[in-house]
Amino acid sequence: MSDQTVSIVLTVNDVAYPVTIEQGRNLLSVIRTEVGLTGTKEGCDDCECGACMVLLDGQPVNSCSYLAAQAQGRSITTVEGLMSGDEMHPLQRNILEEGGVQCGFCTPGMLLSATALLERTPSPTDEEIRIGLSGNLCRCTGYAKIVAAVRRTAEERLG
Amino acid sequence: MSFLIATDLQSALDAVAAGARPVAGGSDLVVGARHGKAPLPVDLVAIDRISELQLVAIDEWGAHIGALVNHQSIETHPDLASRYSGLSDSSALVGSPSTRNVGTLGGNVMNASPAMDTGAPLVVLGAEVELRSVEHTRRVGVAELWVGPGRTSASADELCVAIHVPAPAVRTNSAYLRLEYRRAMEIAVVGAAASVTLADDGSVASVRVALTAVAPTIIEVTGLSGGSVDDVAAAAAALAAEQARPISDVRASDRYRRHTVGVMAGRAVQAAARRAGGEIISIPLNRAIGIGASS
Repeated sequence: MSDQTVSIVLTVNDVAYPVTIEQGRNLLSVIRTEVGLTGTKEGCDDCECGACMVLLDGQPVNSCSYLAAQAQGRSITTVEGLMSGDEMHPLQRNILEEGGVQCGFCTPGMLLSATALLERTPSPTDEEIRIGLSGNLCRCTGYAKIVAAVRRTAEERLG
Repeated sequence: MSFLIATDLQSALDAVAAGARPVAGGSDLVVGARHGKAPLPVDLVAIDRISELQLVAIDEWGAHIGALVNHQSIETHPDLASRYSGLSDSSALVGSPSTRNVGTLGGNVMNASPAMDTGAPLVVLGAEVELRSVEHTRRVGVAELWVGPGRTSASADELCVAIHVPAPAVRTNSAYLRLEYRRAMEIAVVGAAASVTLADDGSVASVRVALTAVAPTIIEVTGLSGGSVDDVAAAAAALAAEQARPISDVRASDRYRRHTVGVMAGRAVQAAARRAGGEIISIPLNRAIGIGASS
């Protein structure tokens, strides 16, 4: 990996963060260290588990395998950006109420994949929810309660 | 050492001519570098913002798919899904929603993995890859592009800018399916694509079959001819198993691959023939006919 540094501005949850980083650094490590937001997790570090999921211009991206320098000028959303002030995002509230959180390590990535899914497909079937979350592994819950939380959020939104 | 974000094709071609390596989604490049497969190139040019490479155009000749078109778009594009169905089948199986978002057709083609999902459908569809450098533009058939695992016949100063797929003839369609152990974030154990043209009596007038993950590159099955759909499917299965040159690795033994690629080839012919006859089988075929682990 190159040691050459680049000075860029990353826009994370609508806040601009000027950072100077090695050009080969992945987005995950820069978000966790230079930006200082640790809600985004490192799981497999191999694009398999989805714990590092962020949204880039609203689309899901495995931040462990995406160059941070490539994200300049794009809007990055992490789990910290889902809250509105002190109020939880409906997906956050519902995943807690449905019991979709156990150890919690996969939860940030699940929430971001679910956010992208509901943007794309406001009223997903259970099959579509499972496909939407298929890049996110959970070793605790067995997924049923996570799927239920997404379904409940969609139902609430559509009234 | 440099990192350039190109916003137009010319500046990307200039950077590639000067020795930079292109990066689009990075899902092969960054993961490969971490695994020690190849260190991250010293000079990089990010090409993901070049809008002219993000378009799908359909005309009388066929489909012109920009190198940066992602798998999600190929899966859901109505014209591609209905007429170039085998290609949409394959893109729909790649990775997960995030992989299908960052992963591009150009990247998949130039990465030249023998297990790439889009490769076999592109072969049976007769696709050509457009390579461009500062000096020239040329088109090469996909089968001539791949020369080995991870190796192409493109020179270092050439950038893949588009994949051109000729329009299928009347009463023609295609299908791709793969053997998989799980439904997401999977790499083909083996796979097969078929393109079938039906005669007026419903028999197979012509057929092409290509195979995934059973040789150093995607390979096309030779020696096939027309006949009843069942006979052609059986012949495709037998010839696929015979012509496969699989290895044993972490995903499967060579014997298992040789057997199962025949099964996939036969089923791909059957599904392509059904589609060619006008039947709508949803994308991806793997889910429609229940291959892979159930949910």
